[in-house]
Amino acid sequence: MGEPAHITLTLRSDPKYLAGAREMMSSVARRLGFDEISCSQIALAVDEALCNVIRHGYDRRQDAPIWLRLWPQPTDDGQPGLRVEVEDEAKQVDPSSMKGRNLDDIRPGGLGVHIIREVMDDVVYEQREGGVGMRLVLIKQGNVKPAMAAESSCDAPDRDTPHKEDA
Amino acid sequence: MTSGAETVDIREGDAPGVYVVAPRGDIDMSCSPQFRDAIKGVQDKRPERIVVDLAGVRYMDSSGLATLVEAMKNAKASSTRLVLCAMNEKVLAIFEIARLHQYFVISPSLAEAYEA
Repeated sequence: MGEPAHITLTLRSDPKYLAGAREMMSSVARRLGFDEISCSQIALAVDEALCNVIRHGYDRRQDAPIWLRLWPQPTDDGQPGLRVEVEDEAKQVDPSSMKGRNLDDIRPGGLGVHIIREVMDDVVYEQREGGVGMRLVLIKQGNVKPAMAAESSCDAPDRDTPHKEDA
Repeated sequence: MTSGAETVDIREGDAPGVYVVAPRGDIDMSCSPQFRDAIKGVQDKRPERIVVDLAGVRYMDSSGLATLVEAMKNAKASSTRLVLCAMNEKVLAIFEIARLHQYFVISPSLAEAYEA
């Protein structure tokens, strides 16, 4: 992105800061015009993304950096929109391996990537330049479609599996 | 509250052989181990029925789901009836996104969870 991020947050990979990141994301999304369901979904997606970095990227180390950046990105027809990037300095993995798992296999863990992809409009994993770290780009444009709102009125998700699918 | 589940209340239910596990706050990666330990402790007593009362839970992420999936598997293995109840719509939504709402017995209220 050429334009500097409107918000940049650097946090340590300590799960105790997840709640603060969620609340910040939800609050900003609300100010950008998203409805309550969408705000919840954005917060969930970011939560799950951070969890996956902590769990799989940093193997639960609690002193490593994670960067969260946000840009407003309204749609051409005036709907709210935003772009969020989550970056880390963890080991790099093949972005094509970042898939949600088969939900028919009922077991604990591995749901994060599925949840992120389910609640966001566009999800891109990429390797950072320089050979260290991953970048996750999350795009949300417009409010929740009525059909989805009817069956899901949620708040937050998981990046449980960027580096591996297990929680 | 901004830092995860503050407490997990465990008590005997209003019917014989029933235990109620009631977490409060947000169930995320920072506190799901505490939630897991609480359920595991109750399962070790091998009750007939465990009701997980989610009325006090504002938010749950996939770590909470994972805890409950593990609890359900353990419950099935020990023939304990595990029932979730009183979850708000945001918590229910994550079960639906993960398509786990059909895997669990979910009751609207604690009272109904005794019969579900």
